[in-house]
Amino acid sequence: MLPFSFEWLWDMPHMVFHGGLHFALTVLSIGMAYCIIKAMVQTIKGGGEDHGHH
Amino acid sequence: MDSALIPEGVKRAPIWQFLLAIAVVGAVLLWGVYAMLLCWIQGLNVTNMNDNYGFALWIWADLAVIALGGGAFFSGFLKYIVGKDELKNIINYAVLIGFICYSSALLILGIDVGQPLRGWFIFWHANVHSMLTEVAFCLSCYFGVLTIEFIPLILENRQLDRVRFFHHLSHNMHGIMAIFAATGAFLSFFHQGSLGGVAGVLFGRPFGFREHVLVWPWTFFLFTWSAAACGPCFTILVTKITETIARKKLVKDNVIYLLAKISGWMLLTYIIAKTIDTWYWATTTAPSMGFTLMDFYTGNSFYGIWILILEIVICGYLPALILISKKGREHPVGLWVAVILPVIGVSLNRWVMVLQVLAIPVMPFDHWALYLPSWQEVATTLLPVCYGIILVLICYRYLPIFPQERELNPIEEPPAPSEDVAGAAEDEGEEAEVEAPDQPMEPAQA
Amino acid sequence: MKEAKEGFKKFGMVIDLDKCTGCGSCMVACMAENNVPFREDESDKLRSITWIRVYKLDNGKPFPDYDECYLPRPCQHCEGHGGHSPCVSVCPATATDYDMATGIVSQIYTRCFGCRYCMAACPYHARYFNWWDPIWPTGMEKMLSPNVSVRMRGVVEKCSFCYHRYQRARDQAYAEGRREIEEDEYQTACTQACPAGAITFGDLNNHNHAVYKLKKDPRAFRLLERLGTNTKVYYLSSRAWVRQAGDNRLADETTAAKSGH
Repeated sequence: MLPFSFEWLWDMPHMVFHGGLHFALTVLSIGMAYCIIKAMVQTIKGGGEDHGHH
Repeated sequence: MDSALIPEGVKRAPIWQFLLAIAVVGAVLLWGVYAMLLCWIQGLNVTNMNDNYGFALWIWADLAVIALGGGAFFSGFLKYIVGKDELKNIINYAVLIGFICYSSALLILGIDVGQPLRGWFIFWHANVHSMLTEVAFCLSCYFGVLTIEFIPLILENRQLDRVRFFHHLSHNMHGIMAIFAATGAFLSFFHQGSLGGVAGVLFGRPFGFREHVLVWPWTFFLFTWSAAACGPCFTILVTKITETIARKKLVKDNVIYLLAKISGWMLLTYIIAKTIDTWYWATTTAPSMGFTLMDFYTGNSFYGIWILILEIVICGYLPALILISKKGREHPVGLWVAVILPVIGVSLNRWVMVLQVLAIPVMPFDHWALYLPSWQEVATTLLPVCYGIILVLICYRYLPIFPQERELNPIEEPPAPSEDVAGAAEDEGEEAEVEAPDQPMEPAQA
Repeated sequence: MKEAKEGFKKFGMVIDLDKCTGCGSCMVACMAENNVPFREDESDKLRSITWIRVYKLDNGKPFPDYDECYLPRPCQHCEGHGGHSPCVSVCPATATDYDMATGIVSQIYTRCFGCRYCMAACPYHARYFNWWDPIWPTGMEKMLSPNVSVRMRGVVEKCSFCYHRYQRARDQAYAEGRREIEEDEYQTACTQACPAGAITFGDLNNHNHAVYKLKKDPRAFRLLERLGTNTKVYYLSSRAWVRQAGDNRLADETTAAKSGH
């Protein structure tokens, strides 16, 4: 999973596979971090606006 | 008792009915838990698997629930990427069903492996050439996506939504849901495909092996395609079952028909591709390995040519033609038949691609091997089904899964203090049912 | 992709089916050598572990044309294409490996987590799952070979071509200042146990080894050759029906093959 495991090879299959995987993981983590941090800021700032139902 | 948790403006069954339903299903679930513990404590010798059948009922169940859970990624893809906005009325349920299917698949895998505590080896010592590695990574990641998609729905519970942070979080997650859905579609494409690749790459198993495009066998594409076609059928089927049990309409017909129509075209194109694949495999791939088509379907008491007829014609072309015709999909019985058949078809396809692959003798002096699961295998397979039913019961009761439910089932009562609406509705449910059958009804169990 | 380099070995086996009597000595020797576990009731052959298993083949004809043949089947140590043997390429945790230096397909028991995908991939049924933890009859644990680790419940195992014997022979050679081992210094337990001398083992790449010549014998064939498994176990038989039983053929091919012999 990470280049620290001894089977790791810097070859094309590893780079494509783990590249795709880490890209997806990065998108998900950044997305979630953005939502959580933004919600924290909104909560601290107050602002009682109602977004209604989605 | 729990009216404060029930979404506003909808009716739910009395709490005793709800708890009774949970208890009944929970009893079967506990049986499954007992069998699961037996598998972990005593080992896989309690199953009927053997050295010929290294993969059996569980791997079939895994592949089947993942295909059926495909409704989540494909409806998400249609709504967020293609822009079919009507599907917002069924997407919550599709996500919930997907979440149940994928968590079940992960649980079954946890029971299936011989050394569950070493499960993390698949991630740490990953062999990037193995289809199962691709499955494990994408499946786990996509389960993460489904969890992310499920969280805002949970946060919309009436009480949770009052917590300001949760309210904002849910809103923010909705805001960028398209990004999550796109990532989910990307991951789903690969893991659905990889599951097809699991059998397709086995060049030592002529029944499963298929020619490759780049690094992927044909089954890779067929599995993704079939999941996108049959997954939404399962979503529609579960929605229809829920509506029947709840005795009320939860999703408008136009939404169901739209999804059914798309599913129909997906199914038709899939089954044409599957026919071509089968024909090429039967006339070129298998003969090149010394097998005729009938070698795979004779010489045993179970696997016959009926499988191909059932899978391709009865569970493929027939429902596809019903679904693509306006008259067919809008006919009440037609729709039921047309969503049940693909579910059977895709499950049958997964069965043969797992078990028939192993049943067929490859060495000329070898013999067919047939298999019947042990009760422990059956119980552990029913376990996630029960867990799924319980989760649906809880989510239906406490979360606003169906955005159109209030509109479709207006409560014609004088406005009461909001806290008491649900409770009052419960008390008067039975009367309403007797006096006005066309009005919103009391769910039998929910 | 890994590539075989000059000087790499390719250990393999040639089994003369004309000599094999089906006595099962190879199976017994293998079990003792490799600490293969067994149970009190071994009647369920789909759950008993036999790294080398003797199959009984017959020509399917009634008496007096009836003929039979015994075929010992160890792991075939498939090379596939470029080391992608059926089982190695599918293992998700890299618990089985194709060694380019020896041509041996290894199994790392402590790495295997028991998904059994390799078993599904192997058309020879050469891979076995440990359905139970090994329990040895009282006192027998003292008789186990110290050179081979015992395996725990929930992992897959298979014939290793007695790889520990190769390691020992190589260590011995190094200790004596030699870089290469002699043919007779590394022989598998089954080879040595066969009373009929039906099994020959050695380096298929080495012109001086017996297997190098035997694999070119006109009687030689391999199991399921047309699947592309590229095995390193060759069989010899002077009987055409036995050679034909090594692979699947369509009806017209069988006719052609029969007339060819």
